[in-house]
Amino acid sequence: MAELVDGSQVTLSNEEILRYSRHLIMPEVTLEGQKKLKAARVLCVGTGGLGSPLALYLTAAGVGTIGLVDFDVVDYTNLQRQVLHHTGDVGRLKLDSAIDKLKAINPFVEIKRFDTYLNSQNALDIFRDFDIIADGTDNFATRYLVNDACVLSGKPNVYASIFRFEGQASIFATEAGPCYRCLYPEPPPLGLVPSCAEGGVLGVLPGLLGVIQATEVIKLILGVGEPLIGRLVLVDALAMRFRELRVRKNPDCPVCGANPTVKELIDYIQFCGVRGEESEAPSSVKIPEIQPEELKRRLDAREDIYVLDVREPHEYQICNISGYLIPLGDLPKRVHELDSSCEIVVHCKSGMRSAKAVDFLRKSGFKRVTNLTGGILAWADRIDTSLPKY
Amino acid sequence: MPIKVLIPTPLRPYAGKQAVLEVTGQTVGEALSDLVAQYPDLRKHLFSEEGKLRSFVNVYLNDEDIRYLSKDTTPVKETDTITIVPSVAGGR
Repeated sequence: MAELVDGSQVTLSNEEILRYSRHLIMPEVTLEGQKKLKAARVLCVGTGGLGSPLALYLTAAGVGTIGLVDFDVVDYTNLQRQVLHHTGDVGRLKLDSAIDKLKAINPFVEIKRFDTYLNSQNALDIFRDFDIIADGTDNFATRYLVNDACVLSGKPNVYASIFRFEGQASIFATEAGPCYRCLYPEPPPLGLVPSCAEGGVLGVLPGLLGVIQATEVIKLILGVGEPLIGRLVLVDALAMRFRELRVRKNPDCPVCGANPTVKELIDYIQFCGVRGEESEAPSSVKIPEIQPEELKRRLDAREDIYVLDVREPHEYQICNISGYLIPLGDLPKRVHELDSSCEIVVHCKSGMRSAKAVDFLRKSGFKRVTNLTGGILAWADRIDTSLPKY
Repeated sequence: MPIKVLIPTPLRPYAGKQAVLEVTGQTVGEALSDLVAQYPDLRKHLFSEEGKLRSFVNVYLNDEDIRYLSKDTTPVKETDTITIVPSVAGGR
């Protein structure tokens, strides 16, 4: 690979030399390598699960310019894994929280902030002033956007993604190597792959993958080792097994192939079907709904209503409203346990899985079945505030 | 001859919650057919209505993508491992 970064014009102060001494004494880095790190400009898209370890370690390593793209606000549920953010940051812009911590670690790093939602109108402009892009986003639309923008701008895309306790990492969009679309030409249909909020994620997992990303960024800058170009690392944290698969450049790839058809950024939200993450009930038929207040009123009046909970047993243990538990995945096998002559109100955590359950039951001939709008979270908000939310 | 198929996390709910399954077949295509015969719920996640492998799912024979081998006519042997690699986006 041609040299990505030219460190020849950079100087390091005595303070910086002391700070990075553990790098400088390694033959793989040396003063020359540290100067390349200082000359390098790396853009981190996302300052959450993956972005936290990425930004932390790149800052510590002395990458001279780090760009951060994030429009989001720190949420209490982020703290389990997004280690850039502390309890006192809940409610703050992630960017502000991130910059405070990174500056405290290394004041020599210049941080450029992009308090924006990355989209087809701004991506190429933002990418222009950086050498490497590190993708730490959480939805398919942005991943395809980042990939395409990297290919079109000629910048490598250091990629990682996670799900529960498994992760993937690779480098896409180098000139000779494959891009993300070579591996996955199309996104999955809406609702097939849950987000972290729906599927959960082992808190340490983005830590593991984010540091793999930071390692690959640093290797690219220094020009050492064997980068993950054309290699997909699969991490199974539960088994602690690392496997590697080969990724080939697809000669017919619409973005990076010999005859590209995608020469400018497209509408990625449309490409992924609304959004690449689950956000609304996918059924096209109107699902009958009942509000929590109405259900409470009718239960208090001792009306004959059967409450069906389609969450998982471990969720039931966190909180429940004494519904009959049949997890959504088991419903087809256990539907005979339900009495279709009864009025059934179905709920889950927030109303999405239960909408699917109502759809399924109606198609199975149940006529008196409704969905609890907002799920048990809405119930905990408005009816019984003693219930824990999760 | 039993061949191992590695099932990724997002698909395990449709494969009896298993991470590794055994299938038989002389080719990748036969092995996958055996897989969806054992676990019919997997079919729609792996194949379109017309029976084509979905493009957000990659199938590897050992460490090579079958698109660059002979796709579903790629021959398999007993010590081989088929890995299903779907795309996931989580990062936050």
